[in-house]
Amino acid sequence: MKKFRELLALAKLPALSFLLAFSVGGVLIAFSDLNLLKGSGNPFMFIINGIRESLNAYLALFQGSIFDVNQVKDNFIQGFYPLSETLVVATPLILTGLSVTLAFRSGLFNIGAQGQFIVGATLTSFLGFKYEFPAILHVLICLISSFVLAGIFGGLVGFLKARTGAHEVIVTIMLNYVALYFLFWLLSTKTFLREGRLDPISPPINESAKLPLLFGKDFRISIGILISLLIAYLISVLLNRTTYGFKFRAVGLNSNAAKTAGISSLMVMTMVMAVCGGLAGLGGSLNILGGEYALTTGVAGSFGFDAITVALLGRAKPVGTVFAAFLFAMLRAGSRTMQARTQTPIDIVLVIQALIILFVAAPALVKAVFRTKSVRESETIQAKGWNG
Amino acid sequence: MAKIKVISERKDGVFFLILSGIFLWVYSGPNPNLHTTFGIKLQKEWSIIDSFKVDSIGFAKNLTLIAILISILLITPVLKRKIHRKILDYLLSVITLMAFISWAAKGQFIPLTGLLQGSLLLAVPLIFGSMAGVISERSGVINIAIEGQLLAGAFVAGVVASLTKNPLFGLALAPFAGALIGFLLAVFAVKYQIDQVVLGFVLNVLVIGLTNFLYKKLLIPYQNTWNNGGTLKNIKIPILGDLPLIGPILFDQNLIVYLMYIGIFWLNYALFKTRWGLRTIAVGEHPAAADTVGIDVNRIRFRNVILAGAVAGLGGAFFTVGAVGAFGKEMTAGKGFIALAALIFGKWSPIGALFACLLFGFADNLQGVLSIVGTSIPSSFMLMVPYVATIIAVTGFVGRVRAPAADGVPYRRGGS
Repeated sequence: MKKFRELLALAKLPALSFLLAFSVGGVLIAFSDLNLLKGSGNPFMFIINGIRESLNAYLALFQGSIFDVNQVKDNFIQGFYPLSETLVVATPLILTGLSVTLAFRSGLFNIGAQGQFIVGATLTSFLGFKYEFPAILHVLICLISSFVLAGIFGGLVGFLKARTGAHEVIVTIMLNYVALYFLFWLLSTKTFLREGRLDPISPPINESAKLPLLFGKDFRISIGILISLLIAYLISVLLNRTTYGFKFRAVGLNSNAAKTAGISSLMVMTMVMAVCGGLAGLGGSLNILGGEYALTTGVAGSFGFDAITVALLGRAKPVGTVFAAFLFAMLRAGSRTMQARTQTPIDIVLVIQALIILFVAAPALVKAVFRTKSVRESETIQAKGWNG
Repeated sequence: MAKIKVISERKDGVFFLILSGIFLWVYSGPNPNLHTTFGIKLQKEWSIIDSFKVDSIGFAKNLTLIAILISILLITPVLKRKIHRKILDYLLSVITLMAFISWAAKGQFIPLTGLLQGSLLLAVPLIFGSMAGVISERSGVINIAIEGQLLAGAFVAGVVASLTKNPLFGLALAPFAGALIGFLLAVFAVKYQIDQVVLGFVLNVLVIGLTNFLYKKLLIPYQNTWNNGGTLKNIKIPILGDLPLIGPILFDQNLIVYLMYIGIFWLNYALFKTRWGLRTIAVGEHPAAADTVGIDVNRIRFRNVILAGAVAGLGGAFFTVGAVGAFGKEMTAGKGFIALAALIFGKWSPIGALFACLLFGFADNLQGVLSIVGTSIPSSFMLMVPYVATIIAVTGFVGRVRAPAADGVPYRRGGS
């Protein structure tokens, strides 16, 4: 009971931030509708119409992400098709979110999840369409090798930081672009371009590499989500119950003290960034094996960037990250339905996401708006400089 | 200590030696006996020759051999003066690039003047962005939000120009859009002391989301009234505009480019010579010391971050009223991050950042030109150049880059 209350206290700030961000989003939806602005004669009517319109948009958002009555034809279960879509989006997002979370806990900022994701997705699709293995083995080979390659790609950042002082934010931003352009190039080569296609898309992966679906062919949700949740649990154990985790956190809390205590920062930074890279690469791998089935230039979408908002909203804790990933996956999946049904551009989701993070990061603002004092502040992300 | 310094300064020579060696190896493949033509004359400016023709591979090889000689000169302790070494560094870069172009465009015509002119135009938003970075980061606030500030400037300039039917109004209001993002950055970074990297990142997402949303909701359906801005006209400066090579490149441009010249000169002078500039540097390097002598640290930072936003917003106007007229979805396309890379590559100094921007703009345009004339090098690899160069720079392979000491560290009186 006490633990539950603790969790509730932790969730208060994100919840209030959500409320505030959605309100601002509603205002934006109302004011950007010129017909509504002209059509409703007086300000009072405009407010009423505006609220109605934004609520309609948010209803469509819900229908597109959890349960949709319109999808029900002969079976009640069909209504949950949107939830399956949400979980498909959540699968890689949990992993990239964990990647950023783990880095945060060690005092590092991994903006490179996007690039690491691309590395994982690229290797997986290559192994997927080029080779044939027995079913389970194929999946395992894809997952493990993308974890390793993306791990090396990420670990390089940690190594450079420890050895030369090159700031991980700068290096990862640059590596994201390097990975992206490398992907552009790969998809223009003969090996990667699907036969008979001019647009950059790879051949589809072989059946043996596809992840088994959880609820039959009607839903796209695969066992990938279970793998993601399992890994989230493992990361939580790693952080809280192992000496490695202790070392990671020690460096994050006070790197000087950690050094004095005999923890090698070179080892820790390289290890942490390698695991972070591996996690994001695994996200890319699962995205190919359990949903996309082919490599495109847009394969990474914004999974790597959303990961940062996910980690921040999840307060750099594995459990929080899973919840945050689910929430943002809801926004992502639902926004398509919202755009189709209410002509509200999907980009409102970006605005809402950004606002949520701003509010979560600045509790003083939320306190002022809601006139509440009992808001627990985030303590894990301290401001650090380029030289730190 | 002196000895160590000499060795670290010779790194540039070693770097160019290795680079030239690799290039020489690449160039010494089979020689198909083709010629590269460099075009000089673009329009009606004065010039002695219109173009010149060279043996593609031979020219590249000879230039690379000269580059190797100069690199060896840089490694030997002959040159003592720093300025001499710097001049040779720039010369080496130009020689290496010329050799590369000659080789990459074998058998083709390369409009040299046009190539440089295009490079400058591609560098304009980068230069504004990196100037914004200098102003903000020199005072100790990391500015990752350059991308968002550029985009906000581009959006407002395009929309205002369209609504008022006058690109000049668009240009005039763009700095306010950037400054608004700067203001948000200042409030959260200086007042609430949030991690500035996180913050800049979130602000970028916010601006991308907002402009995309409004673009789809207003600019596409009501294109004629909302997104039909037109562009600023080019102003050719008499006499200067007729000079060969540099005339069409530098002095036949629109107002934003001339504002950029003024901005560069002003920033380079003001940062190192005026009270404002010296205080900015003091606040960015050692805020506690600055505070002790009575400088209001957070006030300076607050103002600088807003000013930086305004500068980036002005640069953003170049995308719409300065170049294509209409606003496009996410039209800054990561230029803000290249500006950030240039800022770092240029070691946080206005002139260094300027040259980095020109270099990155050149790489970008060269990639475009070479992909039109057809070359064996994939364009993706040329687009990688700015990013790889920045990674090499921050890892300290070619001279060490160091950020302002207090960059990104919020200041609170009496320690943190």
